[in-house]
Amino acid sequence: MDPNSDNPNIQPTKYVVSKKLDDIFLTVYDIYQFILRFFKEVFLPPYEFKEIIHQCYEVGFKSLPLISLTGFITGVVFTNQSRPSLANFGATSWLPSLISIAIVRALAPLVTALIAAGKVGSNMGAELGSMKVTEQIDAMEVSATNPFKYLVVSRILATTFMIPLLVMYTAFVALMGAYLSVHTNEQTSFAMFFSQVFDSLSFLDLFSTSFKSTVFGFTIGVVGCYCGYNSTKGTEGVGKAANSAVVAAMFLIFVEEIVIVAIVNAFR
Amino acid sequence: MIQAEKAIDKNNPVISIRGLQKAFGSLHILRGVDLDVYKGENLVVLGRSGTGKSVLIKIISGLLLPDQGMVNVLGQEVAELRSRELMELRLKVGFSFQNSALYDSMTVRENLEFPLVRNSRNLKRSQINDEVESVLDAVGLLQTIEQMPSELSGGQRKRIGIARTLILRPEIMLYDEPTAGLDPITCIEINNLINEVQEKYKTTAIIITHDLTCAKETGDRIAMLLDGQFAIQGTFEEVFASEDARVQSFYNYNFTK
Repeated sequence: MDPNSDNPNIQPTKYVVSKKLDDIFLTVYDIYQFILRFFKEVFLPPYEFKEIIHQCYEVGFKSLPLISLTGFITGVVFTNQSRPSLANFGATSWLPSLISIAIVRALAPLVTALIAAGKVGSNMGAELGSMKVTEQIDAMEVSATNPFKYLVVSRILATTFMIPLLVMYTAFVALMGAYLSVHTNEQTSFAMFFSQVFDSLSFLDLFSTSFKSTVFGFTIGVVGCYCGYNSTKGTEGVGKAANSAVVAAMFLIFVEEIVIVAIVNAFR
Repeated sequence: MIQAEKAIDKNNPVISIRGLQKAFGSLHILRGVDLDVYKGENLVVLGRSGTGKSVLIKIISGLLLPDQGMVNVLGQEVAELRSRELMELRLKVGFSFQNSALYDSMTVRENLEFPLVRNSRNLKRSQINDEVESVLDAVGLLQTIEQMPSELSGGQRKRIGIARTLILRPEIMLYDEPTAGLDPITCIEINNLINEVQEKYKTTAIIITHDLTCAKETGDRIAMLLDGQFAIQGTFEEVFASEDARVQSFYNYNFTK
């Protein structure tokens, strides 16, 4: 029996379809409103330049050690895994071209975005979630500061600006790792290696990677901030916000990757 | 504690509420609240947990929207204000949160500077420092200026929270459970601070509490929220002279227990 059934203050809730479906549609509508609000607020003063720079530092500079390590290992491992297949056809001289295409087109944006989703997205979800449940966001609001602008807009801008830069950096570090592997096994010179790397890349590759990483950065920022900014239910909610931020951002990154690759291939 | 005669302007309500209703989903919290708060008075809102006391002050400060009814603060209808107008009104309405809501990644100094810098962008560094030190001195915690919130006690956090609202020189103070979770001595200090703030800064205040000692010490008038409405209003003695069983049980629970 419902313990509140005799409480005159409680009215039965009516759902349009079912609770679960209603919740899904409401969440989608909420996210749409959240993104719309971002685009409205981003152009209106006051501009939080100091906070944007601080967040760029947090997202970009503080991710460098992890990104460097992962990028380097990706380059080395991918080269070492590709070599035997090419060696079977006596085509190891094609390694630099193969590696550059794989790294620039797919590996660097994906690896960077997934790591950022885990590190930056969860951090945003937990930080904003904690601020929400401890009423720090309300405190900002009542002291006549727009918390959406200060907390959300600055973070989304930071991820949107910094993820493309991190992707470039990851690509560079991965190519350095690949060069080290190629040089050790094939004695290819640095100039030769990078000449082949750049010869095999087109403007479309660089453009699609830049576009893709900007979309990934925006997604990580929006999802992390949305989950944190709307978290409820105390400390349990903070954990859920951090977790949802990572899971949802990673899922969306894969979906966006598929869609963008399909579009780019249509132009190739 | 003997208080000086307060100048309460009974013809000048700074907050006026009529027929206020608020529900969360299927749960109806406020069911037609009427209330006037006069300039210069400390109004205590008493009630059990979950009766909508905090909801009431969150509606007054524009953090929540009412479902029905009128909430007029300093001559402005809160629900009808645009975002910019609401921001301007909030400069005049200070809100002290139950858990202080200090920004835990900032020092005490940065916590106090935050609202000031964002709302008075032309202030010089020396003016900001003077303001911060002045309000910290007013709450007696100047020595904590470089500390992090995590290094402060519960009572100190409450005081810093109050100082952060005072830095914008509000006309109205809203205190949400100012003595909740504090020891009896610290409760007395907070009660005294609320009275000192009113005296020094000439504020009008709504104090949300279920602590009858706090109500008695700080309230010029008590309003008791029962079943989503103000059942009874008056001085502390008038309210608890009532024969309403719900009021009596509240009093007995606090003082007999």
